[in-house]
Amino acid sequence: MERMRSLAARLRRPAPSWLRYFRWNTDHKVIGVQYIVTTFFFFLVGGSLAMLVRSELLQPGVDLLNGTEYNRVMTNHGSVMLFLWIIPVLAGFGNYIVPLMIGARDMAFPRLNALGYWLIPPAGLLMLASFFVGAAEAGWTAYVPLSIRAPDGQTLWAVSVILLGTSSIMSAVNFLTTIVTMRAEGLTIWRLPLFVWGIVATSVLSLTATPVLTAGLILVALDRVAGTQFFLVAGGGDPVLWQNLFWFYSHPAVYIMVLPAMGIISEVFPVFSRKPIFGYRMIALSSMAIAVLGLTVWAHHMFTSGMDPRLRVPYMVSSMVIAVPTGVKIFSWLATIWNGKLRFNTPMLFAMGFISQFLIGGLTGIFLAAIPIDLHVHDTYFVVAHLHFVLFGGSVSAVYAGLYYWYPKITGRMYDERLGHTHFWMNFVGTNLAYLPMFLVGLLGMPRRVADYDPSFTTLNQLASIGGFLLGASVLPFLWNAIISWLRGPVADANPWRALTLEWQTSSPPPENNFERLPVVTHGPYDYGEAAPRSPEPVPSPAAGE
Amino acid sequence: MTYPATHHEDHFRAGHALGLDHLKVGMWLFLGSEVMFFGGLLAAFLHYKVNNPTPEAGLLDVGLVGVNTFVLLTSSFTVVSGLAGIQRGDPAAMNLYLLATIGLGVAFLGGQVYEFVSLFRHGITLSSSVFGSSFFTLTGFHGLHVLVGILWAASTFLRGMRGSYTRENHIGVELFGLYWHFVDIVWIVLFTIIYLI
Repeated sequence: MERMRSLAARLRRPAPSWLRYFRWNTDHKVIGVQYIVTTFFFFLVGGSLAMLVRSELLQPGVDLLNGTEYNRVMTNHGSVMLFLWIIPVLAGFGNYIVPLMIGARDMAFPRLNALGYWLIPPAGLLMLASFFVGAAEAGWTAYVPLSIRAPDGQTLWAVSVILLGTSSIMSAVNFLTTIVTMRAEGLTIWRLPLFVWGIVATSVLSLTATPVLTAGLILVALDRVAGTQFFLVAGGGDPVLWQNLFWFYSHPAVYIMVLPAMGIISEVFPVFSRKPIFGYRMIALSSMAIAVLGLTVWAHHMFTSGMDPRLRVPYMVSSMVIAVPTGVKIFSWLATIWNGKLRFNTPMLFAMGFISQFLIGGLTGIFLAAIPIDLHVHDTYFVVAHLHFVLFGGSVSAVYAGLYYWYPKITGRMYDERLGHTHFWMNFVGTNLAYLPMFLVGLLGMPRRVADYDPSFTTLNQLASIGGFLLGASVLPFLWNAIISWLRGPVADANPWRALTLEWQTSSPPPENNFERLPVVTHGPYDYGEAAPRSPEPVPSPAAGE
Repeated sequence: MTYPATHHEDHFRAGHALGLDHLKVGMWLFLGSEVMFFGGLLAAFLHYKVNNPTPEAGLLDVGLVGVNTFVLLTSSFTVVSGLAGIQRGDPAAMNLYLLATIGLGVAFLGGQVYEFVSLFRHGITLSSSVFGSSFFTLTGFHGLHVLVGILWAASTFLRGMRGSYTRENHIGVELFGLYWHFVDIVWIVLFTIIYLI
């Protein structure tokens, strides 16, 4: 009876309205789109702040922004990009894709999921509202005592980051529970798509590391508003304690921002090479290895903090060891595309961009882990360049690859390939033009986080600024493509890339319950070139490479 | 749970096939993150206890807090007894034990307030020293968790009175129990580190 009534209600319900994206909704697909669109808005905000930074640095001298204004713009650029864009946009992909990939009807806790999303807009507004009361100005690292002395906006900043951390813990609980308890029949752990593995590794890190940042931020906030003495040297407090608490989260946070991105790349390469992925288990296990090792390296950010010099060597070693699982991934991807039947659609281009740029970011990470080099380039633009190659050249490229790859699934329409290629080339040239010169000025000794610089650094800074503006402009073809194709792009079929993972085995966009019939999985996610076991009637093996 | 009934039927079929309840898995994961949260606060406390010891720590009243610890430990026993009650189909026993749990939780918080007030009289406050800052922050956040636990126990008790739990379906009691035991275990660690060593 209950069933009949709900069926009748379903039949009476009109086609879902676009207004559902602006309301409380527990459908993981709606929440996924809410995440992606909201965080892209914050990406544009963070990008505009970056344009201000690069404008100030076009020439030496303090011209556009004074020192304090520069600090505030630079602090919020970093905080918005990390906490309001790259971490939550990957959670957005996870939300949309993971339940589909594992053949589930929704996440395990749909209402918790909606709550996790709805924490983000107020937290973002809180962070940006700080500009009205004296914005946060202590860098995204919020080092004490700067962050204790900064104006009231720094408190808003701390509250905002605590809210965003809470949201990310909620998603982590939800992702892990969903993946553990709701996989389709036959979807054993060694048949999980590698994006799902990336989300598992990231969720483990979110659960272990984020609460420690929350604790640290509470201590900073208490020092600011309740008169506690945690970080005030005069009262016996210790500023280095903050650095420990902060980096215990924030180094693993880099992997939180990269592991799902690597997962996206692991989806794109086999699909656009028409080959099974090379080293499936090793890629999956290397994600877990990076997650575990990532918790043991945080003090390599603190070599110059006055820490016990005997502790430096173990942190150097553990940091360098992370290059091993990372190398396993990179070589496996290269082996995947080797001799493949490559198709250079936009997602594939961005995946190629990811590999080359992430490689530069990763290798310079090994430089920075080496104590003597780190002592020399600490707090210079070399670090800025390294970070941007990892997170912009790496993670953001992967996010773009994912946006194009799943665009037909999410919207039911195909994007414009020509605009996609334009976007890729502007983005690729812009990234390298903006960040390669930063390695050089860093090695020459230009400190980061300063509005002014020695005139001898002018040319390199101008190159970086031109690259930066090109990056800013590169968003335009993407936005145009995304909007216009959603409105009147050609209708995409269920599986335009002929991929094997489950999200493509349902219509585009998927129905409210994801699958008409829950799938039963009988093979791995990348078994290209083997007999297609999904179809009920036997099909002859296609030729190799097909 | 109030998901739209449209697809609730086979919503969690996969989970049941594995023999794991998604609510319990989620609860364990959440408690894991709570361990790390207290770990962060405890790291700050320990850092100052070891590297910047102050004589104020000698003013702590181990006897009073020892009694309080016993009260909290007893409350874990009443939670287990309440769960055992509903598992053998005796909701009255469960309600009685939940009520006892609430009483013991309130007694613990009362003891903590009494302890805080006597420390204030000795001039130890949040801002008096790093000891005061780290002590009140750490024990204060534990006290907040006990308060949340009491509210949760009260809501479980009210549902129990309305007959919401049965011998077959009492996951709500189990989840509350997991949380309560966690808060209890955290206190054992805090008591050992703050008062005993």
